[in-house]
Amino acid sequence: MQELRYAKVGSVDDAVAALQEGGPTARVLAGGTDIIVQARARARDIDLLVDVKGIDEVMQLSFDADGGLTVGAATPCYQIYGDAAVREHYPALIDCTTLIGGTGIQGRASLGGNLCNSSPSGDSLPVMYVLEATAELAGPGGRRTVPAEDFCTGPGRNVMQPGEFLVSLHFPPPAPNSGAAFLRFIPRNEMDIAVVNAATQLRFDGDAVSWARVSIGATAPTPLLVPEAAAALVGRPLSDESIAAAAAASKAAARPIADMRGSIKQRKHLAAVYTQRTIAIAADRARG
Amino acid sequence: MVTTEKPDYKVVGTRPIRHDGVDKVIGRAEYGADIRLPGMLPGAVLRSPHAHARILGIDTSRAEAHPGVRAVVTSADFPSRQGEEGEVGRADNVLAHDKVLYVGHAVAAVAAVDLHTAEDALDLIDVQYEVLPHVMDVRDAMLDGAPILDEKLRTANPDGSQGDTPTNVAQHIRYEKGDVEAGFAAADLVIEREYGTTMAHQGYIEPHNSTAYWSKDDEVTIWTSTQGLFAVRDAVAGMLGLPVKSVKVEPVEIGGGFGGKIPDYLSAPAALLSRKTGKPVQLTMSRKDVLEATGPTSGTHLRVKIGAKRDGTFTAMQAWMAYEAGGYPGSPMGAGTMCVFAPYDCENQLIDGYDVILNKPKTAAYRAPGAPASEYGAECVIDELAEALDRDPLELRMQNSATEGTQRADGFTYGPIGHEECLQAAQDSPHYQSELSGANRGRGVASGFWFNIGFETSMAAQVQADGTVPLVMGAVDIGGSRASAAMQLAEALGIAAEDVKPHIVDTDSVGFTFLTGGSRTAFANGWAAYECAMDIRRQLEERAATIWDCAGEDVSYGDDGVIRGPNDEDGAAQEFSFKELAAELPNTGGGIVGRADVSKTSHGPAFATHIVDVEVDPETGKVEILRYTAIQDAGTAIHPSYVEGQMQGGASQGIGMALNEEYIWDEKGRMVNSSLLDYRMPTALDLPMIDTIIVEVPNPGHPYGVRGVGEVPIVPPAPALHAAIYDAIGERMRMLPMSPTRILERTLPDDD
Repeated sequence: MQELRYAKVGSVDDAVAALQEGGPTARVLAGGTDIIVQARARARDIDLLVDVKGIDEVMQLSFDADGGLTVGAATPCYQIYGDAAVREHYPALIDCTTLIGGTGIQGRASLGGNLCNSSPSGDSLPVMYVLEATAELAGPGGRRTVPAEDFCTGPGRNVMQPGEFLVSLHFPPPAPNSGAAFLRFIPRNEMDIAVVNAATQLRFDGDAVSWARVSIGATAPTPLLVPEAAAALVGRPLSDESIAAAAAASKAAARPIADMRGSIKQRKHLAAVYTQRTIAIAADRARG
Repeated sequence: MVTTEKPDYKVVGTRPIRHDGVDKVIGRAEYGADIRLPGMLPGAVLRSPHAHARILGIDTSRAEAHPGVRAVVTSADFPSRQGEEGEVGRADNVLAHDKVLYVGHAVAAVAAVDLHTAEDALDLIDVQYEVLPHVMDVRDAMLDGAPILDEKLRTANPDGSQGDTPTNVAQHIRYEKGDVEAGFAAADLVIEREYGTTMAHQGYIEPHNSTAYWSKDDEVTIWTSTQGLFAVRDAVAGMLGLPVKSVKVEPVEIGGGFGGKIPDYLSAPAALLSRKTGKPVQLTMSRKDVLEATGPTSGTHLRVKIGAKRDGTFTAMQAWMAYEAGGYPGSPMGAGTMCVFAPYDCENQLIDGYDVILNKPKTAAYRAPGAPASEYGAECVIDELAEALDRDPLELRMQNSATEGTQRADGFTYGPIGHEECLQAAQDSPHYQSELSGANRGRGVASGFWFNIGFETSMAAQVQADGTVPLVMGAVDIGGSRASAAMQLAEALGIAAEDVKPHIVDTDSVGFTFLTGGSRTAFANGWAAYECAMDIRRQLEERAATIWDCAGEDVSYGDDGVIRGPNDEDGAAQEFSFKELAAELPNTGGGIVGRADVSKTSHGPAFATHIVDVEVDPETGKVEILRYTAIQDAGTAIHPSYVEGQMQGGASQGIGMALNEEYIWDEKGRMVNSSLLDYRMPTALDLPMIDTIIVEVPNPGHPYGVRGVGEVPIVPPAPALHAAIYDAIGERMRMLPMSPTRILERTLPDDD
């Protein structure tokens, strides 16, 4: 690890100022579960860590039935999965927050950190995509809102500009007769980065799927929304055929690399398998 | 437990709380990286970015000019490079001299005012490399025209001759028994298969560390996580050109070793940095360093061929095995060749083994070194034979099992051994007797063998006036050996295990003791403890004779710890308990020390049989272990809980190698998964409770029948899982690990 400076800030404005002053080697410190590891491994050049956990807005967790859920960028996983409203209305968030890291990591790791790390395999990203989450950014030019699925631009890269940081994430209230689910494949049962992950949200009108979103991760430079998979499901009741068509669409959309975590063939295949599996769980949840 | 008849022991076979347990539970136990000495400087090691390169020059001047840097050392700082070249310390591997032979090979070391400065200073060391072509596959390394790592290396042939051209094949061993050609000709069925295993790391949780202090009068003291205090002492003295008396190694706790902490990497550079700075210097490794630059076990390529009669009798067994040694010769190929068919009795055998250097880290011992790979090949072929002959796989093994009197191809003839007893215990086990049903589920079995070893052990035990007995020893305690030594001493003295206080002491304070490895320590410590006790018993008998004023031969020390003399003048029986006589010591000439220096070769081989049930998810290729039973002949289980722990630990590591653990390399010869995130050892969530059945066929060469238990349980898991996966999904996976990726790549259609 290299020697570095640490600054704790108490407001969004102070954070923006500190990041601007620090320049390109200043980084935001939320839970630190990625950035500290990267600093230790000297994988990033870091001179200044700006700790944003002293900003209330960045640590919030609030839900109301009309407005939906707002999660501070640094709100740790354990608070999210410990929250009764999240458990009731956003079970897909429970799926991902309970399997990111172990219990110790979940005490620090946040959805915001996961998004800003912008890994193709980030486990909460497909959930944000299918739940239509938006990211609220603050920067020298003020605030702006970015749909989650437009946030990442490549492995470790995203739309944030110098001096900008993520304040919070917003999830719209769940639609009636809807359900969502997330799953990932890892070779072990713990302590792994997803070889492939997937999330699906379905809304039903009677027996028919009226709206769908399917997202797959670790199959491209960023997590993907797969509109072709959604299209295969919408407008008809779920059937083996429609689910198989959605799974095939995910497989077709996947353009993975081969690396130490999986092969191309394996990942394309798993994109289909996990699309199918998350559709089944999402449908069960939608039907209550 | 399945136990043949054994004496009525009072301490042996019980489960007392381990003597060193509280310190570990409350965090008081001191490990090497906990050492803090006045003025101590941290250091860092510069490592090669290249898999194979010539070092044209190292310029340390910029680093040395850094204000926070206190010293820089390279191989030029060794007094000579003719030091210890054994498995413990090899100067060229500790600090590369003319060439780097793998990514991570140490090139220089820095001591600085703090760790950040030391790490920063590594960038200021200018190493000029001439990058050379590298070779990463054992078969490629054997080819004519392969990049040559060591121009001077010639193959040591089985007939004692040497090859005459540069090669990467350091040694070819051949064991031959009977006539394999005739044996295969006499077979009704011959199965020949090829197998591969990948480099795998021991994965001990504590990274390597060493702290060294070189005093102004040239006395060097070392604190390091090692399996052998004396081994480090001798290796460091050799590399530093010092007399052995000038190097002292202090004991610290060890956070796992499994063979990988036999070699020493950091003590010599730390000592050289200490000499230059006049301060103690501490070097520690990161996990990446541990994986890239310490000694994992070899990847291998194997061909195994076995012939059998229709009735199941094995008529011939043949194996061809190439082991990756890493950058320097010395893979566990020799042991692998002796182990490959060791559980079986077959007249005709031909075994060829090759020790091959290539651009990977120098391999080290890993739990039954060489055996998991070679026996995996043999056991998988036996499973195929059982299927082809429509025989129960345990029964086919039983029919061909080695027994007392069986001679291995390497010439060793067994005394009493327990392979048949393990197979029978497996056959009778609730697990094997249970029905396994359900889709994609399968069951597999396999056996394993390991030699166990003896070697030197020294101990001293002193009797205190209150009847307690401090016991000092030189063998590092990895698997509970303090407890087992104390228990065996207590048994021999007829006292409670709790009255013995075992200590591991520095290399100046006890006689030479071989390293902890080879499943030797419970065996050899037991012998030494027994002889210490006999020494104490003799001396106590003499003291009692003095008190009773009788002849020494009229006093006898019973195994119950009661010292009996002749009747007194009134005809009443005279006797002392151990504690009563101990209380008399201050008045009868002072304390008593019992001593022993043993070097026994009467160790007994270990056999194991494992049973595993799996379910394979055909959509993902993931293998879930539903049930696992490990059966093993321990000879005698001194502390059954620790025997069970060894069986479970060995099985866990074997399962890891079988299912997910592997070194993955990029095209430049760099390990890409050098963290415990992507070097996938099984976690607690990946394993069921591993059931154990201890078989006890006592070793007649030990006072309590001990064989040694640590290593053999790593051998059967891979072939047992191979058989279970085949039973579940009909695929024979012949390359380890049998990971989800490999299984899917096999089962998915080509166009998928």
